[in-house]
Amino acid sequence: MTTDVAEPVDAVAVAPAADPGFLQRYGTSIEYILIPSAALIAALGVFGIFVFLFGKNPLDLYFYMYQGAFGTWFSWQNSLTRAAPLILTALCTALPAQLGMVIIGGEGALLIGALSATGVALLLQSAPPLVVQLAMACGGMIGGGLWIMLSGGLRQFRGVNETISSLLLVYIALAILNHLVEGPMRDPASLNKPSTREIGAANMIGSIPGTDVHWGLVFGIIAAIASYILIYHTVFGFAARVAGGNIRAAKIVGLGVSKLILTICFLAGASAGLAGMVEVAAVQGRTNANLAAGYGFTGILVAFLSRQNPLAIIPVAILLGGISASGGLLQRRLGLPDASVQVLQGIIFVFVLASDALYGRIGFLKGKS
Amino acid sequence: MDFGRISRRHLLQGGAALTLGSALGVRSAAAADMTVGFIYVGSRDDYGYNQAHAQGAAALKKMSGLKVVEEEKVPETDAVEKTMESMINLDGATLLFPTSFGYYSPHVLKTAAKYPKVTFEHCGGLWTDKDPKNAGSYFGYIDEAQFISGIVAGHSTKTGKLGFVAAKPIPQVLRNINAFTLGAKLANPKATTQVIFTGDWSMPVKEAEATNSLIDQGVDVLTCHVDGPKTMVENAAKRGAMVCGYHVNQSPLAPKAYLTGAEWNWEALYPKFVKMIQSGEKIPNFYRGGLKEEIVKCSPYGEAVSAEARKHADDIKAQLVAGTYTIFKGPIMDNKGKTVIAAGTDRGQKDPELEKMDYLVEGVIGATS
Repeated sequence: MTTDVAEPVDAVAVAPAADPGFLQRYGTSIEYILIPSAALIAALGVFGIFVFLFGKNPLDLYFYMYQGAFGTWFSWQNSLTRAAPLILTALCTALPAQLGMVIIGGEGALLIGALSATGVALLLQSAPPLVVQLAMACGGMIGGGLWIMLSGGLRQFRGVNETISSLLLVYIALAILNHLVEGPMRDPASLNKPSTREIGAANMIGSIPGTDVHWGLVFGIIAAIASYILIYHTVFGFAARVAGGNIRAAKIVGLGVSKLILTICFLAGASAGLAGMVEVAAVQGRTNANLAAGYGFTGILVAFLSRQNPLAIIPVAILLGGISASGGLLQRRLGLPDASVQVLQGIIFVFVLASDALYGRIGFLKGKS
Repeated sequence: MDFGRISRRHLLQGGAALTLGSALGVRSAAAADMTVGFIYVGSRDDYGYNQAHAQGAAALKKMSGLKVVEEEKVPETDAVEKTMESMINLDGATLLFPTSFGYYSPHVLKTAAKYPKVTFEHCGGLWTDKDPKNAGSYFGYIDEAQFISGIVAGHSTKTGKLGFVAAKPIPQVLRNINAFTLGAKLANPKATTQVIFTGDWSMPVKEAEATNSLIDQGVDVLTCHVDGPKTMVENAAKRGAMVCGYHVNQSPLAPKAYLTGAEWNWEALYPKFVKMIQSGEKIPNFYRGGLKEEIVKCSPYGEAVSAEARKHADDIKAQLVAGTYTIFKGPIMDNKGKTVIAAGTDRGQKDPELEKMDYLVEGVIGATS
């Protein structure tokens, strides 16, 4: 955030006469694209060396990664499908980050959202599908929203560290899910895989026409754009960023910090809860332990790689979706273990975080050279 | 939408890359007469459920004209649908083994309906007439092998206390616990089995705790039904207890403590399936069997097994293979004193009532909920 504010000032200060327009105006934006891209390329380079040490050809590696992630229309759909839940769960970390809070419990909100959405659908079985779907979306968002709001409230009113509480709430959410799915909400017919009853084929939301990608992608993109507008182009978002910069200053100028924290946490949880609803309504058709697939945790990675910028979340989620889509091909063609994809994700993570130090320090973007 | 434009551009690039790629890797897939895909939910060297299937895949690799592709750690979400499609589209697979129980509904059913020319063989599902004809489910009556383990355990125990580390109280698991206990009581009528449920399929920490707590209570022979028995086997052997294995032969992990074990025999079944397809024969959509059909087997006896135990176990095994022995033969009481199988009722291996088992037999210490 600080670089965001400092950069234009810097640029103005040193702006030379030679090319005053272009770099001054777009230098920061170019930086935002150039630095992460360079970090990504460097990470891929290091991963190539890592793979080379295992006796595989790095060129094969890059080719298969490209083929598996973006090389064909099928691969594109594969990547986008995997990206869809990540956009929503990443927002669960990125929104509270504007307030300086580190929430890592998106997985819990996703599970609670899925449970609430399923519960609503099972209660409304005779209603028309559109009503059921809308009610499911509301149910999922409210369930997930309240779940993360709990972390926000604990932090604001009881001084509990929100990172720890949101993480621990994931395990509570999982326990609640397992309890309900194996007990009160269990479909007696689900013998060896305890599950709730199905929400019914008519209530499923299906795929985006002409593709295999479910609507979660569209919801995610809308949510990310809405979050961007909220944070950067509204008074509310400005207040949130002020509070995130200095909470005492925010209180002194009379901002309602409690309200800000609770609202932002609710929105964050609602977005992860919506991801849970989509998993039920577009993929699984019911709730069971399959939902705890780690989307909430990968979302944290996406949020940090996007430097908590809601708009940047979209391409980063697609990139990580692509990496996980290509992971299968790496296993099958190169015989690499599944863990190699996690190694790559880890390397990218380290490089992108380390590249933070470069912002505002690249000479030619200031128009100097 | 923005990504739509990107996708088209990349699609063209992708097409170019693909033609290049067909010269490299794709060709090797086409060279084989038949490509078979295996999908595992965990890692394929887990000394457990997934390794058993990987051993089956390894048996196929030895057959000529066959190419085997494998992918591990695929979650039970739409990721497995994409993995199956990727194997079909990019590797040319025509026979798929999605091996985890949770893959079946809705993922295998959905993908099978979409690719009617590909054969899907799923482990553990319950195929019905409504499901696609190109999908099928197979499973083994591994409780027969657990029964044999129980006999050996009953002879080997000094304290008369046996231990069972189990994942969830679902019918398949309960059937194994009950068969093991009935076997033990055949050898030692006073034997009891203390069961601990860990709550999920792969919980190494809880499995270790359960193992230690069972041994602290005087249990001296342990077995389990979790995805990876490695934790239980190694910990029990370290504490000086004896073990019966599960899924695969774990004797390399504890050569002295290993008595016998209930193993899958996928390395016999999978080549049989492939030969059936190659000769144009249809694999039955619903395929089940036990010791007799060579779908399950018992590990070779360890050195600690007495001659008396071997004789007793071999005798019962011969009767099971001959089809003249019934494990669940009334009268059988549950551990709350209720008669669950009336006197004079024989529940043979294929009896559908056994697939709904929700009780623990007399002699088991523990509760299903």
